[in-house]
Amino acid sequence: MRPTAPVLLSATLLIAATGLTACGSGSGDDPDTVRISFKQSTDNQIRVMDKYLASMKTQFEKDHPGKKVKLVPIKAPDSEYYTKLQQMLRSPKTAPDLVYEDTFLINSDITSGYLKPLDPYLAKWPDWNQFIDTAKNAAKAQDGKTYGVPDGTDTRGLWYDKGIFAKAGIKTPWQPKTWDDVLDTARTIKKKVPSVTPLNVYTGKPGGEQSAMQGFEMLLYGTGSDTADPLYDKASNKWITAGKPFKDALNFVKTVYGEKLGPDVSDALDPNIGTRVRGELLPESKLAINLDGSWLPQDWLKGSGHEWPEWSQKLGLAHMPTQNGQAPGKVSMSGGWTWSIPSKASNPDLAFEFIKTMQTKANAQKWYIANSGIAVRKDVAADPAYVKAQPGIKFFTDLVASTHYRPAYPAYPKVSTAIQEAMESVTTGDSSVEKAASTYDEQLKTATDGKVITK
Amino acid sequence: MKVGRGGARRPLTRALPLAPSLVLLLLFLAGPIAYCAYIAFTDLQLTGQAHSSFVGFDNFTAAFKDDAFLNAVWLTLVFTVLSSLIGQNTLGLALAALMQRASKTVRTVTGAVVICAWVLPEVVAGFLLYAFFRREGTLNAILDWLHLPTQNWLFTLPILAVSFANVWRGTAFSMLVYSAALGEIPKEITEAAEMDGAGGWRRMWHITLPMIRRSIGTNLMLNTLQTLSVFGLIWVMTRGGPGNRSQTLPLFMYEQAFQKSMIGYGTAVALLLLVVGSLFSLVYMRLLRSEA
Repeated sequence: MRPTAPVLLSATLLIAATGLTACGSGSGDDPDTVRISFKQSTDNQIRVMDKYLASMKTQFEKDHPGKKVKLVPIKAPDSEYYTKLQQMLRSPKTAPDLVYEDTFLINSDITSGYLKPLDPYLAKWPDWNQFIDTAKNAAKAQDGKTYGVPDGTDTRGLWYDKGIFAKAGIKTPWQPKTWDDVLDTARTIKKKVPSVTPLNVYTGKPGGEQSAMQGFEMLLYGTGSDTADPLYDKASNKWITAGKPFKDALNFVKTVYGEKLGPDVSDALDPNIGTRVRGELLPESKLAINLDGSWLPQDWLKGSGHEWPEWSQKLGLAHMPTQNGQAPGKVSMSGGWTWSIPSKASNPDLAFEFIKTMQTKANAQKWYIANSGIAVRKDVAADPAYVKAQPGIKFFTDLVASTHYRPAYPAYPKVSTAIQEAMESVTTGDSSVEKAASTYDEQLKTATDGKVITK
Repeated sequence: MKVGRGGARRPLTRALPLAPSLVLLLLFLAGPIAYCAYIAFTDLQLTGQAHSSFVGFDNFTAAFKDDAFLNAVWLTLVFTVLSSLIGQNTLGLALAALMQRASKTVRTVTGAVVICAWVLPEVVAGFLLYAFFRREGTLNAILDWLHLPTQNWLFTLPILAVSFANVWRGTAFSMLVYSAALGEIPKEITEAAEMDGAGGWRRMWHITLPMIRRSIGTNLMLNTLQTLSVFGLIWVMTRGGPGNRSQTLPLFMYEQAFQKSMIGYGTAVALLLLVVGSLFSLVYMRLLRSEA
């Protein structure tokens, strides 16, 4: 044996041994520590949630002597956040005690058995009665149990730059009545102010759920009447294949990118397009119309890194119209995030105590204002301080009456990916609307085990 | 190499020192691979499912019916042939041959530059080349300066751009392998051929290449296997897009397993990638053996 061999061998053993011990000591075993996982912005200057949670941690540790809070941020774009979280939830060694879940994925994680029903806790918590019913249902599974406490909701609409509109000679306040109105305005801007991007509609796989929800569904849910769900048929419990409404929505996307009314396709398909729109395109007046969510101002508040207090003078807000102006004339989608306790959490009781700390009326209000959220607590919604805290809150809170919720069943995340792919293929021009729609139908069949219906 | 002849007569105890590493290999290498092979035959999902079940060959048949999978196989072959077989391999040999003749300074500088690209972590290299190819990137700046038309390379020619990136990053390895091989060729043989009047190309073709055949085989095999599994570079530069136009098998696998949560299907694709790799290796090994 060469003299190096024993050295190598012992080194390998040593490394293996350290690896094993590291695996063995689960860091979630400490009964006095609550471990909390949340999504950290990929923009280093945006630390709204970090700051809020840090102040909650201080308050919680003061109120519960001897207990500790450990924040475990996951820094990733939306689509990768879910993946990382699900991997953590699979094992008791990595599962945190409290997680931040998007309502679009929560049913999927419930079906996997990753989350704990909260009903025994909620029954003993008087504040739960303050939550509006739609919000209580947001995290209710098909088994009738509730798996999460929502920390707000959101609505969506059109943000437009008044300065660019003035340059293009378009009157403000602006309120388009149909899809064509939106496109025509964008065309006018393209002609009169060629240096800016006329209209942003999120698209494609890199944007993940943002493309499906802020982009496609804001169109699709405006194609028919306001009562029928164009994605899921509740009567037969089946998913609806791509019919005329679906193709019309795809056609809108195709028009935006085909006529170069949207961002350059390579920018539109950049995974960080959302961050760029909020941090760069809107504040620097490079984008005229943006179809986006109610939460944008959280990036522009004091201390957020991209301070832009003048936004409310510079930007106007308009409802997204229905396709041909049919009733109720406007469309919005809603979702939101909830705090949930993993089924493999080591300290579920303490985790719920932390939820209670975050959801006192004062703290909840502080959070809604900090992250430009729409209140789901009646006592906060009624508080004039909340309504006045920020321009735009009234506009977006009023949209709650005519908003839609996604069919958040376990197959939804896959359906959403299929939508994103259909959008992407018409955005790049790789396929026609017809071809994209038929590809969607095939994927829908696979994603839902054939539970589809043609309407 | 003639190793192991008559090993059967040696006492078994001589193999004892190998036992710990064998155990470790089984535990950390064979174990996960066997587990993966098992998962490939189930419908295991990352989320949205309470229990997984055994589905036989369903994942594999589904893959061959899936246009996106076939597209990924095709792109993987294009990527491997362009960047590994043609790019890294030929360029590495050319560089090594040129450096044999160059002065010591030129050799040191060239070597240092090329090896720098190799030493950089994959992700960093990816970002560098992203910055090189993007719309406002270095390449377009140069083209613009030369009054040549510019375009968004990552969008118009994504698979070429990532192949170039892989050549840029991986050529150093081939260069090192070939430098060593060329250094082994006895000077007298080359000189004798020169005396007989053989020109540069003839010497290369009839003397040098046959003499370094073994190194070519080894290098091709290592390069190909490494290129087949490139993920970070492409992920950083294009994420497999636009559309699926630079989605090679590793990216396709990642998307199925982690973005669409279909762990079972993704693992099946990974096994198929393993098969592609072993097919390439078999071809190279045959080449090596027939001439040895």
